[in-house]
Amino acid sequence: MILEKDVVVIGAGPAGLAASIEAAKAGAGVLLVDLNLKAGGQLFKQIHKFFGSRAHYSGTRGYDIGRKLVREAESLKVDVWLQSTAVGVFPGNKVGIERILDGGVKKLYTVHGKAVIIATGASENAVCFKGWTRPGVMGAGAAQTMVNVNHVRPGKKIVMLGSGNVGLIVSYQLMQAGCDVLALVEAAPKIGGYAVHAAKISRAGVPIITSHTIVEALGDEKGTVRGAVIAKVDSHFQPISGTERTIECDTIAIAAGLRPVVDLTRLMNCASVFEPVFGGFIPLHNTDMETSVKGIYVAGDSTGVEEASVAMEEGRIAGTAAAQSLGYLSAAEAGKTKKLLWERVNSLRSGPFGERRLTAEKNLLEHFREEIREPQPEIMIGGLAHGAD
Amino acid sequence: MALIDEGYLEFSELQEKQKLPDAERFQRGPVAVLECIQQIPCNPCEAFCPFGAITVGSPITNLPVLDAKKCKGCGTCVAKCPGMAIFVVDKSYSGTKGSVSFPYEYYPLPQAGDEVAALNRKGKAVGTGKVLKVTNPASFDHTPVVTVETDLSLTDEVRNIKKGVLK
Ligand SMILES: Cc1cc2nc3c(=O)[nH]c(=O)nc-3n(C[C@H](O)[C@H](O)[C@H](O)COP(=O)(O)OP(=O)(O)OC[C@H]3O[C@@H](n4cnc5c(N)ncnc54)[C@H](O)[C@@H]3O)c2cc1C
Ligand code: SF4
Ligand code: SF4
Repeated sequence: MILEKDVVVIGAGPAGLAASIEAAKAGAGVLLVDLNLKAGGQLFKQIHKFFGSRAHYSGTRGYDIGRKLVREAESLKVDVWLQSTAVGVFPGNKVGIERILDGGVKKLYTVHGKAVIIATGASENAVCFKGWTRPGVMGAGAAQTMVNVNHVRPGKKIVMLGSGNVGLIVSYQLMQAGCDVLALVEAAPKIGGYAVHAAKISRAGVPIITSHTIVEALGDEKGTVRGAVIAKVDSHFQPISGTERTIECDTIAIAAGLRPVVDLTRLMNCASVFEPVFGGFIPLHNTDMETSVKGIYVAGDSTGVEEASVAMEEGRIAGTAAAQSLGYLSAAEAGKTKKLLWERVNSLRSGPFGERRLTAEKNLLEHFREEIREPQPEIMIGGLAHGAD
Repeated sequence: MALIDEGYLEFSELQEKQKLPDAERFQRGPVAVLECIQQIPCNPCEAFCPFGAITVGSPITNLPVLDAKKCKGCGTCVAKCPGMAIFVVDKSYSGTKGSVSFPYEYYPLPQAGDEVAALNRKGKAVGTGKVLKVTNPASFDHTPVVTVETDLSLTDEVRNIKKGVLK
């Protein structure tokens, strides 16, 4: 049996929640699915206060933003299925969902959504060095989940690799949990993330060692991490031999960036491009956040790794556009909302950190207009996906 | 620039990028020092100051600007700033001592009266301090603000304390 819904939203992070809220507010029937036990995506492990403006709940802690969004979605009667993984999206907007029911029984559903919004977020990049598979080497996101969600310290003495915001924030949170962060190692000559986050760990005495990388994770007799060998790198990021030194530690956390999770848009043959500014391969979209395949929308980190504030705005745009396409909003109403939302996204992408993303986004929208124009489902699933590359 | 290269601000760098309250304003009582020098998309300091003393404006990536005349040194922004980049410095009440208020999100919390090691922006102990108070109302949302007294000459340097009591 195929279930029918106006809008199916995949992924209940800030993007998916905001999309669901917007579509439901307009009157659409929404099903929101997430593979986790809880809705909220990344927000539930983020115990720090967020940047942004009031409209983006700035100054509020990530998990509180998550709770607010979940409550709002529930009050709008969004149907939320947790422990439910979208295992495929098939032509005709059919979404295959594997749902774990009470008692652990798994059941497969097919849900037809008149519109489908994909907001599957991002996954962590790995860095390979000698010994990188030892127990004790982990992603920074995993370390963050351990301390903030499961309340378990990954270790006592930590070396962090990567000085983007994730590396900086997770270092701080590991210290809050009572771990010692012995050093933060960064291959680039400069700190990648916001200076205020760096300042926070600096004044707690954590050295930030730039132009260095980890070349080896040393193991003890059981094979678990007992130290990190770091070395200076040259201008091509190659370790310079003879500069090695060892920092004794029991955990190495890697914060080497995130990449968009695009399995579902790939499966749908949505035209995509490689855009390093956004973290890798991403589906192209227009100003409705609609992909080259009509009726399939994207939002959040899965269409470019940025921030929760941008993810929410993109979700709202996708939700509004989906509701409009189903006749729940007039072109005039939806147009006004979308214009306002795009202005907010653009303002978030201003300044030296945002400029590159603003330019990249402009090019992507242009690309979509030129190569794809008004998308037609039949051409999309075949040729144009390649033609657009 | 020490901040993006090494992760800490030199005071001279701060003076260059932010307009700090002048000596006369410092004489009149506690006042906010905004150590936010990068254009990031953020404005809760502006939104939450009860006296309208901070302006970010549009675009949201503008640096915050303090109107030192309007600032009452109340400390609300210290707890609200997600970058933990605002401090309240009081150089007014004695010729030899001053105080610095900063956000402190670690357990255990210090207590009024504790003698502590005072740390600079690099986390280096530069002197000793005495905790004057720990303010932690519900509205600060779990970001306690600690006020520590140090030598007057250290109030531009001290930005943190070392965990644990000295004696
Ligand atoms: C350490 C750290 C600190 C950060 N700090 C800030 C900050 O201060 N301010 C800020 O604005 N942003 C911050 N961010 C970024 C922010 O968390 C992300 O940009 C935001 O969460 C992206 O939202 P999203 O909804 O796109 O994805 P996510 O939050 O990742 O949500 C995606 C959801 O999709 C689900 N999912 C994936 N695939 C499937 C599938 N096939 N079926 C069902 N469900 C699926 C996942 O389980 C997940 O719940 C931070 C990120 C990190 C890692
Ligand atoms: S200390 Fe108080 S008055 Fe001064 S800027 Fe901060 S919030 Fe405003
Ligand atoms: S709240 Fe803090 S980090 Fe944000 S703009 Fe104001 S001073 Fe800067």
